[in-house]
Amino acid sequence: MSKVTAAPLIHLRGITKSYGLGQALTYALHGIDLDIAKGDFVSIMGPSGSGKSTCMNILGCLDTATSGQYFFSNLEVSRMDRKQLASLRRYYLGFVFQGFNLLNRTSALENVELPLMYRGTPARQRRQLARHALRIVGLDGREAHTPGELSGGQQQRVAIARAIVTSPAVLFADEPTGNLDTARSHEIMELLVGLNQEKNITIVMVTHEPEMAAYTNRIIRFVDGSVAEDADGKNEHTPN
Amino acid sequence: MFFNTVLLALRDIRRNVMRSVLTILGIIIGVAAVITLVTIGNGSTAQIANQIASMGTNVIMVSPGQHRGPGSDDTAPSFTLQDVEAIRKEISPLSGVAPTCSASATAVVGNRNWSSSITGSSNDFFSVRNWIIESGRIFEPIEQLAGRAVCIIGSTVQENLFLKEDPIGRKIRLGKVSCQVVGLLKEKGQSSMGRDQDDLIIMPLLTVQRRFTGNRDVAMIQLAVADGGSTEQVTKDLTELLRKRRHLAESEEDNFSIRDTKELAAMLTGTTKTMTSLLGAVAAVSLLVGGIGIMNIMLVSVTERTREIGIRLAIGAFEHEVLLQFLTESVVLSSLGGMIGILIALASSFWITKSMRIPFIIDLQIICIAFIFSAAVGVIFGYFPALKAARLDPIDALRHE
Ligand SMILES: Nc1ncnc2c1ncn2[C@@H]1O[C@H](COP(=O)(O)OP(=O)(O)OP(=O)(O)O)[C@@H](O)[C@H]1O
Ligand SMILES: [Mg+2]
Repeated sequence: MSKVTAAPLIHLRGITKSYGLGQALTYALHGIDLDIAKGDFVSIMGPSGSGKSTCMNILGCLDTATSGQYFFSNLEVSRMDRKQLASLRRYYLGFVFQGFNLLNRTSALENVELPLMYRGTPARQRRQLARHALRIVGLDGREAHTPGELSGGQQQRVAIARAIVTSPAVLFADEPTGNLDTARSHEIMELLVGLNQEKNITIVMVTHEPEMAAYTNRIIRFVDGSVAEDADGKNEHTPN
Repeated sequence: MFFNTVLLALRDIRRNVMRSVLTILGIIIGVAAVITLVTIGNGSTAQIANQIASMGTNVIMVSPGQHRGPGSDDTAPSFTLQDVEAIRKEISPLSGVAPTCSASATAVVGNRNWSSSITGSSNDFFSVRNWIIESGRIFEPIEQLAGRAVCIIGSTVQENLFLKEDPIGRKIRLGKVSCQVVGLLKEKGQSSMGRDQDDLIIMPLLTVQRRFTGNRDVAMIQLAVADGGSTEQVTKDLTELLRKRRHLAESEEDNFSIRDTKELAAMLTGTTKTMTSLLGAVAAVSLLVGGIGIMNIMLVSVTERTREIGIRLAIGAFEHEVLLQFLTESVVLSSLGGMIGILIALASSFWITKSMRIPFIIDLQIICIAFIFSAAVGVIFGYFPALKAARLDPIDALRHE
């Protein structure tokens, strides 16, 4: 519904991504067309290897598409230079990686502080925000632990805290509940819904679990590097 | 921003204690080895230069025969006192001419004995060879003319025969000759060849000729060129004079040889220079080994660093911030290692030169070279992998294996 009414914040046209050359050339994405409105909460589903992470990385300005156009709030991302992409990541985007990607031997608190550091947030405020972010993902008391001292699920929550600590305009989360038990997963989904509704953060997340996708407004299904289905999540999975 | 970067770099150093320590260690070893070895080399060279100076500068030694290895002609006639007189008259500028002949004997005082060499010469010997009379006196003219049994001894002889007693006026028995000590020479110390210069007994020339060698030959003439005189010119004049006196035809070769301490000095300093460069080569190897150590550590951690750079870029770092951070880290580590290395080198070479009794000379140039080289290795191998990683798309840096 929102996708037809609001002006799209993210606008993809014919995005492809290929790997390898010559004989080994394979396409991970075959021409993705996608519009995501500001304030939307979208989930991407699909079988393993269908290109979900590839697409997320391009959306998050971490990777560049082979061809096609990507507009972010009317700016053509596909033509930006490295510095502009970095600015976009720094000031507008938050990213939760499928593989966490935390700094080793660095405390959870310092990991979460890092994006604020690059934004130039003063030390005291930085510390406060980071503690708060860790608290809302349920990690208070674990601030001083390094990733090696945390379980997979706890690391995932540190990664989430790091992505939301800046209150980004858009949050990309690649399977943010992949390592969490059901109860925790629901807590995280509640948290995301809250961020989406209260702070108007646009969220795009990848998930394999229909239960989690059910929290979102819209479900996009990927099959073999193409969008196979684009539907309203709440209608499909939560009948009441 | 800059402050932040330095902070990040320092934090990173602390986080990777092992890597940091190993890097610093590599640099310390390189810097310390080079500086220490070169300081020792320079000290030895200076030591030898001092000893050459103690031999007397611009001393020319004339001896009969050619010293051209084995089989040189022993048949060449010796010099005579007439030759010495001729030199004194015809060659200038000279500050002293000392005819010498030598013998060896065991010196006995009471129940102590000591084998030493005996040199017969004139009072000029002391000025030519830079000897200072510590106590007593030089020879009286009458003692020289009459060939009396008097002697002046070096400090080694004094220590071995008289221990702490005053030797002046005492008698030494040298073979069948009983000889009175009239003077004691001031100590010079070891010569560059490790020979003890103070192990000598000097007697009037005539005494030695009569009582020991049994002939009137002058085995060697030592002369000192006066200040401002040219050693080369004196050598040339000497050659001409001696050839004439020894009736050598145009076609005949010299049957005497002339060496000067300048030549000797050049030879000796040449030897120590070789030694210094040898030490330098050893040092360069340790510098290289240190460098390779650093390189290894850095390369081993490239994957981890690349991933770290990927993470930083992904969460909003600019390329130049990441680079500045890694550059700062390398510079801090390298210069810290370099400074520790310099301190260790100074301490150890001070101690070593002291125990070797050679001068402690600081060579700033070598300190700079060693420091710059190691620092460069640290910075290059710390910084370049980072440079490569920071140019990747974040996702590629994150995927690096
Ligand atoms: N660096 C790469 N080089 C070559 N092929 C790649 C690379 N990255 C991804 N691919 C390929 O692209 C396709 C899509 O991968 P992607 O990671 O986007 O899948 P996914 O949908 O996220 O899967 P999953 O649910 O398992 O995370 C896969 O076939 C994969 O093999
Ligand atoms: Mg994936």
